[in-house]
Amino acid sequence: MTAPTLVDYDEVVERFDPVLGLEVHVELSTVTKMFCGCATGFGAEPNTQVCPTCLGLPGALPVVNRAAVESAIRIGLALNCTIVPWGRFARKNYFYPDMPKNFQTSQYDEPIAVQGYLDVPLDDGTTVRVEIERAHMEEDTGKSLHVGGATGRIQGAEYSLLDYNRAGVPLIEIVTKPVVGTGARAPEVARAYVTALRDLLRALGVSDVRMDQGSLRCDANVSLMPKGATEFGTRTETKNVNSLRSVERAVRYEMTRQAGVLLAGGTVVQETRHFQEAGGTTAAGRRKETAEDYRYFPEPDLVPIAPPAEWVEELRGTLPELPWERRRRVQADWGLSDAELRDLVNAGALDLIADTVAAGAPPAEARSWWVSYLAQQANVRGVELVGLPITPVQVARVVALVASGALTTGLARQVVDGVLAGEGDPDAVVERRGLAVVADEGALVAAVDAALAAQPDVAAKIRGGKVAAAGAIVGAVMKATKGRADAKQVRELVLQRLLP
Amino acid sequence: MTEELTRLSAAALAAKVHSREVSAVEVARAHLDRIAAVDGAVHAFLHVGADSALAAAGRVDAALAAGEAPASPLAGVPLALKDVFTTADMPTTCGSRILEGWRPPYDATVTARLRAAGVPILGKTNMDEFAMGSSTEHSAYGPTRNPWDTGRIPGGSGGGSAASLAAFEAPLAIGTDTGGSIRQPAAMTGTVGVKPTYGGVSRYGLVACASSLDQAGPCARTVLDAALLHTVIAGYDPLDSTSIDAPVPDVVAAVREGASGDLAGVRVGVVSELGGEGYQPGVERAYRAAVQRLEKLGAEVVEVSCPHFQYGLAAYYLILPSEVSSNLARFDAMRYGLRVDPGGASAEEVMALTREAGFGPEVKRRIILGTYALSSGYYDAYYGQAQKVRTLIARDFAAAFAQADVLVSPTAPTTAFPLGDKLDDPLAMYLNDLATIPTNLAGVAAMSVPCGLAEEDGLPVGLQVMAPALGEAAMYRVGAAYEAARDADDRDDARAPLIQRVPNLEVHA
Amino acid sequence: MSADSPGTISRDEVAHLARLARLAVTDAELDLFAGQLDVILGAVARVGEVAADDIPPTSHAVPLQNVFRADERRPSLSQEQVLAGAPAAEDGRFRVPRILDDEPPMGSSLTEGEPA
Repeated sequence: MTAPTLVDYDEVVERFDPVLGLEVHVELSTVTKMFCGCATGFGAEPNTQVCPTCLGLPGALPVVNRAAVESAIRIGLALNCTIVPWGRFARKNYFYPDMPKNFQTSQYDEPIAVQGYLDVPLDDGTTVRVEIERAHMEEDTGKSLHVGGATGRIQGAEYSLLDYNRAGVPLIEIVTKPVVGTGARAPEVARAYVTALRDLLRALGVSDVRMDQGSLRCDANVSLMPKGATEFGTRTETKNVNSLRSVERAVRYEMTRQAGVLLAGGTVVQETRHFQEAGGTTAAGRRKETAEDYRYFPEPDLVPIAPPAEWVEELRGTLPELPWERRRRVQADWGLSDAELRDLVNAGALDLIADTVAAGAPPAEARSWWVSYLAQQANVRGVELVGLPITPVQVARVVALVASGALTTGLARQVVDGVLAGEGDPDAVVERRGLAVVADEGALVAAVDAALAAQPDVAAKIRGGKVAAAGAIVGAVMKATKGRADAKQVRELVLQRLLP
Repeated sequence: MTEELTRLSAAALAAKVHSREVSAVEVARAHLDRIAAVDGAVHAFLHVGADSALAAAGRVDAALAAGEAPASPLAGVPLALKDVFTTADMPTTCGSRILEGWRPPYDATVTARLRAAGVPILGKTNMDEFAMGSSTEHSAYGPTRNPWDTGRIPGGSGGGSAASLAAFEAPLAIGTDTGGSIRQPAAMTGTVGVKPTYGGVSRYGLVACASSLDQAGPCARTVLDAALLHTVIAGYDPLDSTSIDAPVPDVVAAVREGASGDLAGVRVGVVSELGGEGYQPGVERAYRAAVQRLEKLGAEVVEVSCPHFQYGLAAYYLILPSEVSSNLARFDAMRYGLRVDPGGASAEEVMALTREAGFGPEVKRRIILGTYALSSGYYDAYYGQAQKVRTLIARDFAAAFAQADVLVSPTAPTTAFPLGDKLDDPLAMYLNDLATIPTNLAGVAAMSVPCGLAEEDGLPVGLQVMAPALGEAAMYRVGAAYEAARDADDRDDARAPLIQRVPNLEVHA
Repeated sequence: MSADSPGTISRDEVAHLARLARLAVTDAELDLFAGQLDVILGAVARVGEVAADDIPPTSHAVPLQNVFRADERRPSLSQEQVLAGAPAAEDGRFRVPRILDDEPPMGSSLTEGEPA
């Protein structure tokens, strides 16, 4: 295969108008699966969260999870969609080993939400409206592990191992209408759209939206048409786009690749391509001999969904403030400059800080934790801030413990370390690690006396008026109490003992 | 004594067990002995669960001995279960090679309700593969034979369940009816078979043939026994989204009312389109006589027309294969069941080789037909149009039920035909279900009650009684009234009751 | 496949349908099924005789809607029960032959190299 000819990006956008279409799959964070009562948690032992229904055993039947429908409706409403008054699930028929029934139950042709839009904020403060075609419910597939062969990939594998824990986890697929007129900013718009959608879904509390764990997945459709044309060109669909940055890179790469094909007099092949993270390129998948025919028909094992208007309105009442509106409000409340705000947003810290504040922490403290110590920890672990295993509520609790004097700043960091290590909530970590400040003054006095006795020369200096020398005694006490003392209190005690 | 027990009705057996005149274990053992003696000739069973049946019977006896009330009116009365329901303690094969030896890790809701009611399960009965067929010849494990004439078919797909009743191997059985698979075998074997309203009995654990048509129901030798069993298995199940959340009609009370013999005020609709041309003369005559008998009981007989029933067969043989093609896709050798692996083959090849080896010709035909009917270029002309015909048939029923409380017709156009007769002509086989299919398409209730023997061959004929959705009480009432009158006529003419006229089977001691 | 001449089906079409349905049918079966399916299709094509343009299709016999369950856990099967019927299993997973088709229509991004 010869390497594709890429066209300089400026030339691409000078000669062509890009058209985008974005399909996002969101795994819902419901307690149970779409059609059965199995747990949805990530990372369990293989094939331990399955039952006759999600394993597709003969005779087993599906029953729709009400919470999944509520999430779907809330997502639809948040995307300004119309909630369809009556619709059915359909079966999408195809054979694949990760599909236990060899059909996927999906609302493909009768989606619950249609015709909406999302006003997507861009980096420069402007917004672009992305029209939403539909949002529909469906179920996820199992996972394959490919064994043998050099790479652990499907090609060249000797056999595969299947785990169906993920099979039947509720998915919402959100599909945009063609996004036109974004010109050179198409890659940025694609990234901004997925970012905005992620933030919105997180604010709704309907999904973990972890692209790295696959709970948010994006397929990017890209086509080019000659500048000024109105008829869309042939599109490609790029899958395997696993981060926000990759969304932007994949769209940009496809634009330059397709332009190369078109300018050389060729035609773009309608195909599925896979994003290659390492080189930032896309590669064609294996081409099918015949077009798939999924033979959709209404799912006879499920009855239609007809959400009553009162239910929809009740759910509308649960919609949260839009994340970007909240940002504007927070900026005003906290008196942040645009640059400060952007830094916080780019670090993925703003919503976390806002949630920490909402959980009772003063804004300055909340901000300090997320942008310094926790940012360092995220950096060390190579994850995004939101990927740290600590919640805003837990951070707020640590802040409260410091404010009450139960923890010092140093102890608080140890508590946070414990939470990050999976030792439980802050209070549990304090308990388990024995990190509470030594509040018993008698014990502290004894420690101070011991330190003074051990360093008589320093004691003499202090008595002689060199108050600054107290630091050495404070340090010794802190060491003796393993940091569990309040340094300010120790210093006062030292001075009390020596300077009546 | 043992022979006598197997001749009794379920109601009579229950009375003896509950009064502790005989033990449930004795009753179960009598039937197991009978199965051992005659099933070589009949082949109604694919699996006999002697140990678990005796254990279940023992639990009933122990509870009664401890002074507990019977778990249900049928506690201690054994039953034959069609091998299409999952059973955690017995294999479930659906008459197919592809599930040979499969042991499900769960009980169907029907299975669980039977266990909870203290009904010992004698074993799993033979059937056309995945319930596709009208003769039980499409079982991968060999055909079931009709106890009335072992050279003939017992009907299908539930031939095993019906034959087990006519052979006195079981007093009760469970069947499933997608287009007539309970009623047509009942007609062919001189037994009673009921297809309840769609959604009346849970489908959870019933291995699907066509999901929108399948319905489980009771099979018995008397209408009362069917009603008692109906009451045990019917009712709302949250595990089946299509299950109706409403009280089960009081069919036992309806039977007692009907047995009093008075049908005054009941309007019986004779469906003009079901009968006449294509119906065997002896069937037609027995049916007409039965309608006259109903009139004599005081029923008002009216003629009703259901003009779209003539399209029922065509619509059915598009909808059913479409659903089948999807429902049976899961049998792919990846997670359970047969795997044909020649070594070095891909998953795709193993799937295709396994399905080729594991499915019989009728199943393959219907999968191919359904795949065709759902294909994008054909969907509207076939599947879509069939769904519209379904609407028209439902409207025909609605109009007819405005004129009549129940509708009647012959259950099947012919009596039991010889084995092999229609095996090479699928369409001829399909025509057997002409009269039973419309009720499945509309989801309404229907039953078959024996209405005599055809003059020309001495084989049983079935009277079909149909009722609106959840209108089972009227249907059971009419069925019971007819049955009582028929038995009275037999007594008057010094004939044995119809079911007792089954020829004696060769018994292997 | 084209939609012309409904009611007739060719041997090639039957072969194509069998591939779609993952049935490795033999040549003899193709001959047999093509003839039989042609007859059956001729009979079922009768549905086309009904004038039903304004008739709504019925997908469900009983008009129920909005049947839901609460988002509450029910017991799952044990791994042992799950794998008891498996033709082959390894490390708590179903073992299946190599998968030729590398593109599941779902296009899941995590089907490869899941962290064990």
